[in-house]
Order: sequence, then C-alpha cells, then structure tokens
Amino acid sequence: MMSNTLLDIKNLRLSFFTPAGEVKALNDVSISMQEGDVLGIVGESGSGKSVTAYSIMGLTAHPGKIIGGTIDFNGHRINEMSEKQMRKIRGKEVSMIFQDPMTSLNPVYTIGNQIREVIYLHTDLDKQQAYDRSVELLNLVGINDPEKRLKQYPHELSGGMRQRVMIAIALACEPKLLIADEPTTALDVTIQAQIIELMMELKRKINMSIIMITHDLGIVASMCTNIVVMYAGKVVEAGSIDEIFYNPKHEYTKGLLRSIPNIDSPSHERLIPIEGSPVDMLNPPVGCPFAPRCDKCMKICLKRMPEYTKISDTHKSACWMLQKEELERSKGVMK
Amino acid sequence: MKQNKNLMSLQLQVSDFLPASEDEKQGVVVMRESVSFWKDGFRRLRKNKLAMVSLVVIIAIMIFAFIIPSFYPYSYEQQIRGSENLGIMEYSKEELTRIQSGEKIFPHFLGTDSLGRDLMIRIMVGSKISLLVGIVASAIILVIGSTYGAIAGYFGGKVDMMMMRTVDIIYTIPDILIIILLSVTLKFPLQKLADNIQGFAWINTVGVGLISIFIVFSLLYWVGMARIVRSQVLALKEQEYVIAAKALGASDKRIIKKHLLTNSIGTLIVTTTLQIPSSIFTESYLSFLGLGVSAPMPSLGSLASQAIGGITSYPHRLLAPAVMISLIILSFNLLGDGLRDAFDPKLKN
Amino acid sequence: MSRYIIKRVISAIITLFLVATLTFFLMYLVPGGPFLAEKAPSPQTMKALEEKYGLDQPVGVQYTNYMKRLLKGDLGTSLKMRGQEVNHIIKTRFPISAKLGLCAVILAVSVGLPIGSFAALKRGKFLDRLIMFFSTLGMAVPGFVVATVLMYFFGVKLRVLPTFGLTSPLHYILPVIALAFYPTAYISRLMRSSMLDIIGQDYMRTAKAKGVSQFKSLFKHALRNAILPVVTYLGPMLASILTGSFIVEKVFTIPGLGNQFIGSITDRDYPLIMGTTIFLAFLLITMNVLVDIAYKIIDPRIKME
Repeated sequence: MMSNTLLDIKNLRLSFFTPAGEVKALNDVSISMQEGDVLGIVGESGSGKSVTAYSIMGLTAHPGKIIGGTIDFNGHRINEMSEKQMRKIRGKEVSMIFQDPMTSLNPVYTIGNQIREVIYLHTDLDKQQAYDRSVELLNLVGINDPEKRLKQYPHELSGGMRQRVMIAIALACEPKLLIADEPTTALDVTIQAQIIELMMELKRKINMSIIMITHDLGIVASMCTNIVVMYAGKVVEAGSIDEIFYNPKHEYTKGLLRSIPNIDSPSHERLIPIEGSPVDMLNPPVGCPFAPRCDKCMKICLKRMPEYTKISDTHKSACWMLQKEELERSKGVMK
Repeated sequence: MKQNKNLMSLQLQVSDFLPASEDEKQGVVVMRESVSFWKDGFRRLRKNKLAMVSLVVIIAIMIFAFIIPSFYPYSYEQQIRGSENLGIMEYSKEELTRIQSGEKIFPHFLGTDSLGRDLMIRIMVGSKISLLVGIVASAIILVIGSTYGAIAGYFGGKVDMMMMRTVDIIYTIPDILIIILLSVTLKFPLQKLADNIQGFAWINTVGVGLISIFIVFSLLYWVGMARIVRSQVLALKEQEYVIAAKALGASDKRIIKKHLLTNSIGTLIVTTTLQIPSSIFTESYLSFLGLGVSAPMPSLGSLASQAIGGITSYPHRLLAPAVMISLIILSFNLLGDGLRDAFDPKLKN
Repeated sequence: MSRYIIKRVISAIITLFLVATLTFFLMYLVPGGPFLAEKAPSPQTMKALEEKYGLDQPVGVQYTNYMKRLLKGDLGTSLKMRGQEVNHIIKTRFPISAKLGLCAVILAVSVGLPIGSFAALKRGKFLDRLIMFFSTLGMAVPGFVVATVLMYFFGVKLRVLPTFGLTSPLHYILPVIALAFYPTAYISRLMRSSMLDIIGQDYMRTAKAKGVSQFKSLFKHALRNAILPVVTYLGPMLASILTGSFIVEKVFTIPGLGNQFIGSITDRDYPLIMGTTIFLAFLLITMNVLVDIAYKIIDPRIKME
C-alpha cells in the first residue's frame, strides 16, 4: 500500500431517537480513506452525509447516538473517546468548515479573536506569536490587509471572505483532515470556484486530506480522488472518481450522473431528474431504499437489502442488478 | 466462488429477479399523508396537553362567568340584610332560622362582603367583566392594529414611513402613565356625553369606567399589533403569488383581504390570544388603583383590591379573585403559546 | 453612531412634547379645571384661583405658558399640599423609589439570567419544567396580589419581616421581592428562549469543532449573544418596575414617588398628577434612549450609520 489509512469507518450505525420514533440516520456505513485523498461524499438531503462527517468529529447532535460500528482516525478510536479527549483532536487533527459562512462565525467577536481562540486552544503560542500566526493564516487564505481584517466583525465581511476566515480557522493548527460540509452552497458561483481552488492549493501546501460533502457533482469531479454515494443512510456505491463517473454501477449513481448537464450533449437533450422522493427515515423499507424510485426495480429489491458487490479493489456497490449478473455468471459456469 | 455460495445460501429464486410492478413499488412507500396548514396546526395543538387543558379551563371559566350567573339565586348587587361579612359556607342568623323552619336557602359558597353581597356571584360577574374587557379590548386592538399595519406594509414607501414613525412615537410613550392619566380624566367628558346628549345614554349602561378603559386600550395598545402585521405583510408582499395576483389586475383591497390577511391569520390569532391576558392584567391593575370599572359593577381587580383592607380577617376574599385572575391569565398565556407553536412556529423566539 | 444618537434624541423629544401636550389637554378636559375636585370652592375663591393660575385666559395662552414653564423645568405647585412645589415633592420622594427600583432591577437580572440559562441547558428535563412552571405562573399573578400575599404571609402570619416603611435594610426585602417578581419571571423566560436559540446557532457548532469546551463555549460564545434580547427588555422592565412601584409602595406604605402619585390620583391633585406624569415620562423615555444606545454598542452587527 502506498499510503496509510487515515480514516476507517466500519459498519457505523447511528440513530436519532426522536419523540416520533427512532430515525436510523446511518445504517452500516463503511468508509475508508487514505492519507492525501480527497473524498467526496455525495447524496441528497437526509442521506446521512453530514451525519457521517459530524460523527468523525464526535459531534453527534443531541437525540442522535452511535449504536454500532467503529470510527478509526489517525490512530484514534473516535467512538470510544471521551469528550475531553475529543476536544484535543477537534480543530487540531481534524477541522471542519460549514455550509453557511454567514452564520458560522460568532457575530459578537472580531475575526482576530475567533482565529486566536483556536490557536490558544491547541498551541502554546503567546499573544504576539498568535497574532503573527493569525496574520499569516489570513495571508494564506488570500485575504488582503489582514491586520485590518483581524479587528473587524464578521458582518463587515462578505460571504466569500467569511468562508476564507473559516478556512483559516480550520487550518490554524494544520490538521490532517479537513471536513468541508457543503462549503460553497451558500456562495455565488464565481466565489465557489475561488474557494474550491483555495482548498486545493492549501491541500498541496500543508499536505492534508479533505472530505468534501456536497450534492454538487461538478465540485466532486473537479477536486475529488474518491467518491462515496450515500442514499437513505447507506453507502450505495463507493469508488475512485473514474470508476464512479465512467463506470457507475448503482442505479442511483447513474441517475445522479444523468441529472447533471453535459456540455457535449445535444442542446435539445433534456436533463433527466430522478423521479419520486426520498424514503421516510422513520419507516425505512426492508429492501433497497432506492427501489421505489428505481426504473430497474425487481421483486427482490423490495424484499431484501442487497449485499455489496466488489467491482475492483476500490469500487463497491450494493445493488441486486449486480448480484443478478453475478448469479447468472456463476450459473453459466456451473452449467 | 465464495460470493456465489453466499448467494445460494440466501435461497433466492429466479422469480425474485423479475421486474417489480409499479403497484408493488408503491406498496413499500409509506408516505406520510399530506395535510393542510390548518389540519396540521390543529393536530399539533391537540397534542399539546398544556394548551388543551388551558382551553378546557377557559371554556369552564366562560360557562362560570357568562352562563351560571343568569340562573344563580343571588345577584351581584343584591345586599342581603343581616348577612354581612359571612365566612365561607356560613349562614346568617336569620337564614338559619329560616332553614330550621324548613326553607331551603342557597348557600354562600364564598361568604358575603361587608355589604352583605354574595361573593360567589360577584366573582362570577367579576370574571365576566374581566373577560369582556380582555376580549373586547383585544378585538379593538386587532381591528385597528391589523388595518393600520396592513395598509402601511402594503403601500410601503412614504406612506409606510410616515405611518410607522407615528407608531414609533406612540410606542415610546410610557403607556401605563398615559393610561392612568386618561382613566382619571376621561370619565368627566364621557359622563357629560352620557347625561346630556341623546343617543349616548348607553354609555351609562356599560359604565364610564369600562368605556374609558376601552378607549385607552384602543388608543395605545394597537401599535404592537400594527408592527407585527406590517412586517408580515412586507414579507408576504414579496411572495410570487401576490405579484401574480397584481399582474392579473386584482385590486389593492382584494389583495390585502384575500392574500395578505389570510396568510398572516396565524400570527393574528396568536397575538390576539396573548393580548387578552395582557388587557385583563392592565384592567386589574387599574381597578386596584381605583381607576377601573365603576361600582357596583365588580371586576376581578376591583374585588381583589377591595379585599386588601380586610386581608387579616378575610384572606379568602382576596384569594378567590386573585386565583381567578391568575387562572384566566395563565390559561390564556398557555393557550396562546400553544397556538403559536401550532400555527406560527416563526414567531417562536 | 452619532447620527443614530441624534435621531433617537430627537424622537425622544417629540415623544416628550406629545406627552406634555396630551397631559395638558387631558387636564383641560376636566370640568372646572383642576379646582373642581377641591370641595366646592366659593365662586370668589374659584375666580381668584383661576386668576392666580391664569386659568381665565384662552386655551392657547394657557398652553404656551404651561409649555414655557415646563421648559424651565418648573412642574407647578401641588393643590393639596399647599405651597409645595411639585419639583420639591419629586426631589424628596423620588430617591426612595429609585433605590427600591434599583434593588429590584439587580435582583431580577441576577436571578433571571442564570435561571433562564440553566433552564435552557436542561431543556425538557425536570428542572427546566419546574423553572418554566414557576416563571409562567409568576407572569400570571398580578403585582398587587404578589405584594399583598407577601405582606400577609411574612409580615402578618409569620411576623418575620417588617411590612411598613423603609427604615432598615430588612425593610427592603419584601417590597423588592414584590417588585422584582414579574421582571424575574419575564427575564428567565426570555433568557431561556434566547439561549435555546443561540445553542442551535451555527457558530456554536463552529466553537465545538474548534475544540472549545462546553463550559467555555457557553460563557464565551453563547452568553454574550443570548443576553442581547434581555438588554432590549431593560427599557420595558424599568416601566414595569415603575408601574409596580405604585402598587408596592402603597401596599407597604413606603413614602416614595409611586405612593405619592397614587395619592395624588385619589386626591385629584391635578397639578401633581400632571407634574409627576411628565417627570416619570421623561425618566422612562431617557432610560429607553440610553438602553437603545447601549444595545447598539453591545451588538456589533448593527450598522453604525
């Protein structure tokens, strides 16, 4: 193996215990990533992609609880660590940036205060050093006139700027892993491109890995090395970027790819939306969760969850179609 | 081969791999039924135990205040001679002799006051007056406030600015001082109006005190409502359906009535429900200062304030109306909170 | 910022002017002017009094004279307490009320804030429900009931606390509790909902993701934001404490301005009512302006125009 495994999530199960009942947000989720990877987690709202990311940070929100599986990150067994131990890792070894930079910074403290906070928490730098480091960080994320910006409040900055500040905070302690939870959704398209570019540049500079949570396949294509496709709390397909984009196996992945515009396709060709709506997570179906929306749905799909089929070392997918092919092939062999 | 074995062990049949029909697919989809705004709101309200209990309490108090007095054997102004200052469930000497002679005397559940008036019926009528004050005042506030707010918000621009400046100024007027001042002074011209000019004699039947309370409330308290309605209208105005209605040539009046008010109705209901206890609160305060409804008509506030002098000997005379006021205010507050949670989650904070 | 202050002060002056005008004309509505309330003065005295106070002149002149006197800070002379200037009465009575009010403000804030935050942190738990139950109840009981029950229970029944006057620190306990009752309940509810709102904010998640401890994130990140709505309540709270002081001072026989004001209402001492109203209005409006400005300073989000 060329590089080391940075993150290994095995059979993670996580439920939210709401008054209405148990919502199985994650159901046997297994994800692993190597150092230096840029992993894209794609899926629609409620598919569990953010919940997965938060569980890596040990930030499962209140009614949620990990009920099974393990999370190994950088030599730590995250799911067995105490809150106190977790705090030492957050912001230092793994950092996170969020969807809405408008609300992710505390409005009543200056930018400088909020950057220094994380520096003081995880390093022994004194006041002057922390200040210098803050200036350096703002320079790093491409903010002009950092001395002035440090004294400003979040509302005095534009959305793109704030996201840069968030990135600066996240990178302050040079983490191994940066989790970006839809970091560009709330931004203008031009700013989106700048932020993505910045992240990739910084990745090279400080040699970190990135988990990119998004529903924008364009972003995934432009920066990721690997992709995990999630649907209704399950990983339905995972593979390298080429495998997913050129050889998708799961019907949901195929649907997702069909639904993005392609510049090469004839202009009269219509985009194909995925019909139907996501499943009710309070009453998840026994079979494949995507079955009711699937064109190729078979009787078995409604009855039983398919196992993973391994297509290559990096590529796996859970679909009865693949099992069927496998079965037919082996029957052919047996004949 | 291993995979193969695995598959075999699952005991799959070829028929399982036949395409599923649309019906079969839909069969597994457990869709939550889609419900209308009102239905959904009422469902949430019914689930809120506290609000439902409050609603029951309010209905019980309404019956107690509006229905029972009409066939109660005593009246609120009737002074029973010889029955002054009776305690709870006590009878006067005269009443006792009558009972002994076989007559049936209706008990004074809460005793009587220093003038020999049955306290129970006075509390009932007091509750009625307090509720009336709360409801009528809130209705006045609702009408004035929502009309004003809707107009300001809908027309926007200079009209809005002028109208809201006025609201801002009224808002900063220390209301309780002005209310006291108005209650002190309004009685005279109102009395004159009722005595001298025909057609205003009804003022005397309702009572000068009550009328001045209504005037005071409608002069000052509508501004909060106006602000809320205006901001609702401003938000709704930008909605596509209003623009669409405008493009289709709907008149301003129709748009305000049909689209804007119907959409802010949840907020209106909640704000009005919460206005009722606040009006009752203010009335009881004024009554305590001797500025509320005129005697002999009782309100809960005046009953309580009259009882304060004799608190050492007759604490129940204060306790009974005080508990009643608190109960009314509490249940309206809780119902209002429940309504807000059910119909207007936006207002929550 | 200075533009905001100027704007705010101008609007306060307009409000004050309106209050003064309203007060004047309301008093003018009272038949026979301020003297009818006196026990039927003889026509001669009446005329003499009217001349003395210029009440025989047209409304317009009376109004301008009145406003001129107000501008000089002269609030007139009491009718009941002959020869006593309203200014003088306020000067002697107000400090007593102010002391009482200040104690109540301190009590309400120092109890309401922690209780409300605590309830928010224990959301849905038993303690939260208990706190919310009592604060909801606290907001439903009229102030005069609270004051009377406190006086009756601790003063008359248990005889542990004095209920009359304000001669020792012990005397403050009951009136201050009675005054602070409603604001405390209100603040704790306000603080709870504000805190719950803040806890759900994205920047709290950011703080956690940075590795900030729960304790520190509450004190540094949540409290300062959550307290902002409470600051906006300070203005209304002063009004509510003032309103309450009328009752509390009456119940506990405290010789403050509130008691005096209620007395002047029962006595129909119109110049005193008028003068006190204007003084209290001035006080409240000024306080509101100060609170508004303070709020702008605390909350950096508000654009300093």
